[in-house]
Amino acid sequence: MEPILSVENINVYYGSIHAIKGISFDVRQGEIVTLIGANGAGKSTTLNTISGLLRSRTGSITFQGEKLGHVPAHKIVSKGLALVPEGRRVFLQMTVEENLEMGAFTQNSSTIPESLEQVYTQFPRLKERRRQIAGTLSGGEQQMLAMGRALMSRPKLMMLDEPSMGLAPILVEQIFEIIRSLHAAGSTILLVEQNAQAALSVASRGYVLETGRIVTSGTGKELLASPDIKKAYLGG
Amino acid sequence: MVFFSYVISGISLGSVYAIIALGYTMVYGIAKMLNFAHGDVIMVGGYISFCAISYLSLPPLVAVLLAMAVCTVLGVVIEGLAYRPLRQAGSLAVLITAIGVSYFLQNAAQLIWGVTPKIYTSVASFPLPEGLSSLGLTSEALVTIVSCIVIMLALTAFVNRTKMGKAMRACSEDKGAAQLMGINVNQAISMTFAIGSALAAIAGVLLCSSYTTLFPTTGSMPGIKAFTAAVFGGIGSIPGAFVGGLLLGIIESMAKAYISTDLANAIVFAVLIVVLLVKPTGLLGRYVPEKV
Repeated sequence: MEPILSVENINVYYGSIHAIKGISFDVRQGEIVTLIGANGAGKSTTLNTISGLLRSRTGSITFQGEKLGHVPAHKIVSKGLALVPEGRRVFLQMTVEENLEMGAFTQNSSTIPESLEQVYTQFPRLKERRRQIAGTLSGGEQQMLAMGRALMSRPKLMMLDEPSMGLAPILVEQIFEIIRSLHAAGSTILLVEQNAQAALSVASRGYVLETGRIVTSGTGKELLASPDIKKAYLGG
Repeated sequence: MVFFSYVISGISLGSVYAIIALGYTMVYGIAKMLNFAHGDVIMVGGYISFCAISYLSLPPLVAVLLAMAVCTVLGVVIEGLAYRPLRQAGSLAVLITAIGVSYFLQNAAQLIWGVTPKIYTSVASFPLPEGLSSLGLTSEALVTIVSCIVIMLALTAFVNRTKMGKAMRACSEDKGAAQLMGINVNQAISMTFAIGSALAAIAGVLLCSSYTTLFPTTGSMPGIKAFTAAVFGGIGSIPGAFVGGLLLGIIESMAKAYISTDLANAIVFAVLIVVLLVKPTGLLGRYVPEKV
């Protein structure tokens, strides 16, 4: 099957630091693909490059047949690519509903009520708190808001950057439950995680990053079973 | 009765400061820069409306609209030419550039209109009922105060209710996240400069109508006072600019009336220092708890 997203040989620098060294991977329709790896391996950098916040010096990023190399960040979302950024980055001084409206910024405003209804069905907690300022939400609720906000753009591919970061174990479970249900509802997901165990158990396929390079890839099951991966990322 | 007239002149002066301070605070909120050329846009607004009335004999309202249009374009051009190329540069570089733009505008005005002060004909002069004018209220003060309230309400509605206004608030919080939403940050910043500069034009007209002389540095002192007002109220906050502007105007007017005309400015800035010592974020500067 033709991949929906294909990343070929990208190299990304922060000044003189070579953060991503020739990474290639792809995501097919309906998959959950995960990038796992330690802190500083280049996972978030990869997602930020796909979103246009950072630029690759070489290679190409192709989404649904279109090259994204020179598309400005604010035009990426209308192509059907949404990023739930690391650290959630919801608009803390705006209400829950305003945050969701911002997610639908590029959408025709007549579609907003319907999208809101869908997000509220997925996240009833957000509906209860829709008039509340996002800064008053708990970490887990903010993560739900960040995911809901991304869904408002009706993405064809949703990228999640460390959705479980800083959350209590019970909330981590809940977030992964949501990822499963989004996938079941037809979403294609590119997931970046430090929690390799949880990520690999939901993923169709995974890639392992080490200091800016892909060192291994395989299906979620294969990677979970691999002794090297177990030793390096799954605590033995 | 005399006391009332001081209060009224303070509120009127404060309203002008508030209108100018809104421009400072909105630009700071979104672009995170202090646009020290903002005061000089007021002066340009004053000259444009002066020319429209005195040379072209246009009706006052048309003159005001013309001044707003010219200043809006000027603000957007200043941002595009002088500040946008420095988006990734340090804040000091932007600050120095803003001061440079300020001198540029003053010198350009000197070349075009000369250094001799122009006598400005008030655009807001009409007879008031006996009861009001005996309180010390002038038609200019009335128009200034009403304009300030209308602008304040309109701006609040704009940023809270419209899509563009909400997008501007999103940009002021997190430009990266705003871009991920599909918001064009450059466009939002241009929009902020456009609104701020249009307000500066109104402030210029109101200021010149009350004080009737116009020269190339007319905008400097009100600009700095309004910046003070914005910091006083909490920079980045729209209600803060309103409250800060009004308080500053009243304090200045009272200081002039009861303490010393010469010391009035010193007193105004001393109050600012005291407020910042007690509450560094300004009166209405917001602190939002962040949960992680």
